[in-house]
Amino acid sequence: MEDLEQFRLEVRAWLAANCPESQRQPVGAQEQYWGGRRGTFHSGDARLWFERMRDKGWTAPEWPTQYGGGGLSAQQARVLKEEMKSIHARTPLYGIGLWMLGPAVLEYGNEAQKQQHIRAIVNGESRWCQGYSEPGAGSDLASLQCKAQDKGDHFLVNGSKIWTTAADKCDWIFCLVRTNPHVKKQEGISFLLIDMDDSGVTTTPIPLISGESEFCQTFFDNVKVPKENLVGELNKGWSVAKALLVHERKLMAEIGSDSPRQILQPNVAAREYLEFENGKIANTALRSALVEYDMLMQAVGLTHFRAFEEKASGVRSAAPMVLKYVGTEAEKTKSELLLAIMGSRGVGWEGEGFTPQEIDTLRLWAMSKTLTIAGGSSEIQLNLIAQKVLELPRS
Amino acid sequence: MALVLNEEQRLLQDTARDFLVKHAPVAALRQLRDTRDSIGYNPQLWQQMADMGWASIILPEAYGGLEFGFLGLGVVLEETGRTLTASPLFASAAVGASAVLLGGSEAQKQALLPNIAGGTLTLALALEETHQHNPTYITTTAKRQGENFILNGSKCFVLDGHSAAQLIVVARSGGTARSSEGLTLLLVDRTAKGVSCQRTLMADSRNAANIRFDNVLVPANNILGTADQGWALLEPVLDRSRVAIAAEMLGCALEAFERTVAYLKEREQFGALIGSFQALQHRAAHMQSEIELCRSVVLQALSTVDDTPQQLPLLASLAKARLNELVKLVTNEAVQMHGGIGVTDALEIGFFLKRARVAMQIFGDTGFHKDRYATLCGY
Repeated sequence: MEDLEQFRLEVRAWLAANCPESQRQPVGAQEQYWGGRRGTFHSGDARLWFERMRDKGWTAPEWPTQYGGGGLSAQQARVLKEEMKSIHARTPLYGIGLWMLGPAVLEYGNEAQKQQHIRAIVNGESRWCQGYSEPGAGSDLASLQCKAQDKGDHFLVNGSKIWTTAADKCDWIFCLVRTNPHVKKQEGISFLLIDMDDSGVTTTPIPLISGESEFCQTFFDNVKVPKENLVGELNKGWSVAKALLVHERKLMAEIGSDSPRQILQPNVAAREYLEFENGKIANTALRSALVEYDMLMQAVGLTHFRAFEEKASGVRSAAPMVLKYVGTEAEKTKSELLLAIMGSRGVGWEGEGFTPQEIDTLRLWAMSKTLTIAGGSSEIQLNLIAQKVLELPRS
Repeated sequence: MALVLNEEQRLLQDTARDFLVKHAPVAALRQLRDTRDSIGYNPQLWQQMADMGWASIILPEAYGGLEFGFLGLGVVLEETGRTLTASPLFASAAVGASAVLLGGSEAQKQALLPNIAGGTLTLALALEETHQHNPTYITTTAKRQGENFILNGSKCFVLDGHSAAQLIVVARSGGTARSSEGLTLLLVDRTAKGVSCQRTLMADSRNAANIRFDNVLVPANNILGTADQGWALLEPVLDRSRVAIAAEMLGCALEAFERTVAYLKEREQFGALIGSFQALQHRAAHMQSEIELCRSVVLQALSTVDDTPQQLPLLASLAKARLNELVKLVTNEAVQMHGGIGVTDALEIGFFLKRARVAMQIFGDTGFHKDRYATLCGY
């Protein structure tokens, strides 16, 4: 514990000396740095901040130092996070490589894959997207059809992947592909890394109800993928995918408590948009909805903290299993609550008459609908809790 | 590591569970109900519980206490919630002990705490005057008369009111009705002249009473805390009590839920175990999620009592409000998922349903605590 406090003081001093003043402000969506071949910095300070953090290995604090990571323990990483939060330091680098692929490669990848990909992720040199879902394989992910045929020195990939986040800006995609169509559906799947610059890979953005196009569909037409890009064993990709989905769910569960986008809190919006009488919100129904939300979020926050403490103490519980479900449902509740608080000003689409904050809130409300669908829908989460935690019989 | 139990706390919980399942299962409560037991709990059992130190978990060693903190009390209450054990544990070891510990003079602590610890002194907080929890709505008067107070008024929903040896009476010695100023807490013998007690039979088959005070003479040295400034003592006592009852309610919800999940795995309809039906699976999984949230809340609230009492009002209201809603959800679903047998008195699920409804009323329903939480948040 003493060592941890010493570490905290060191981190605090280093951050104070190295985090530029401009990087201690809430970050706008346009100001985030996602790395990759096409990545650009919003400002010189953003570049400086990123480079300083990268050189410490603190873009990936918990990853091994031999691949460029920070080599911190979970407790030390938490201290770093807390200290960054206390000065509102921006996240220097965002990315699915950091959050999802990296942990999977560290667990299942071979040495060459770690050398090639982990360091590139830490250094912000490669931006990744995920290729799991297909038009015909959503909640029933294991029924995926995108196929990779063994052609001796390479796989020949044909098919398409959907909901590939920001695929039009990414360098690499990690895919689940069918390598054996003749066995039980989970047993014929492999985990493949594909360079998006390869011939035969094309990507089209998909316009969403939010008016944005974060998600894409990516097509593979006779794409030749080297054999060394297979992660884990052939036809054992499902277990890699499941491990990775745990990271995705954890990430989505934390979206409310650690959102990359600066979003208005309902109790702050209430002061701006609602009438108060004697220090209380006059609309008692909205006051009631707001307090329910605030209580829920405190309970969710405490459950995240409990899950972390349990993991650190080696205690198993069902807490991590429920957090994707409760966290994303809470996030939708929050968006609906914000709209209710803002009234007709909360339903403006664009242009004059609305503040950027109002329009952003509405767009985020539309985006929030994806949260309980992506990464395993709420219904799938409930299935998992019923089967894995409660051990109820399968139908 | 406040949200994970340590070795000692786990051991205490395991010991409590083993003891209660063996000596005080739900069947024991049924028997107390069916025999219309005059005390409403088993005094020998209470003595055994006290001998194990349960009556003194939160008390300092200097007063014969176990000094295990509120988290220690919480894990035992969780277990009594599972078995619905009727005992003075809540009213005396949580509420009463907190009041004496936080408000008592050194002489009062010396005189009272060792007896509370030993299980020989039982207490009851005489607070409520209306059917809705309203801790500042106090019309019972305490008028000074020389060195004494004269107590007049009536109280309702006094937990353990008909069995406790002493009452902690919240009375108005000044200020206007509904004001938190001018309150005084007084220790009164339940058998003192002018005290009349009517036992009320509650849905949960546990103890409660309506109590009248007619010109009851109370010596001034029976004041707990400071005269006219009783709110400064009452509020933290209530918050500790809310957290304690929330811990018991967590146990109640867990037991009702686990029994229900077990039933889903054994009951067959349409040629299948009903637990294989997604309509029931999703509702059960939703309850599991709510339970996980509530467990975090209860653990944090218990730790707050010991570690960061300045945050207690918010955490106490959070815990009581969320646990109110949890036990309501879980006990309703427990009955529904058991189907026809769920509404029979033969099945014990009904006892959980009824205990939940009474516990929901103790020291604030959901509406009370939502309002308080919102006010504490400044809206």
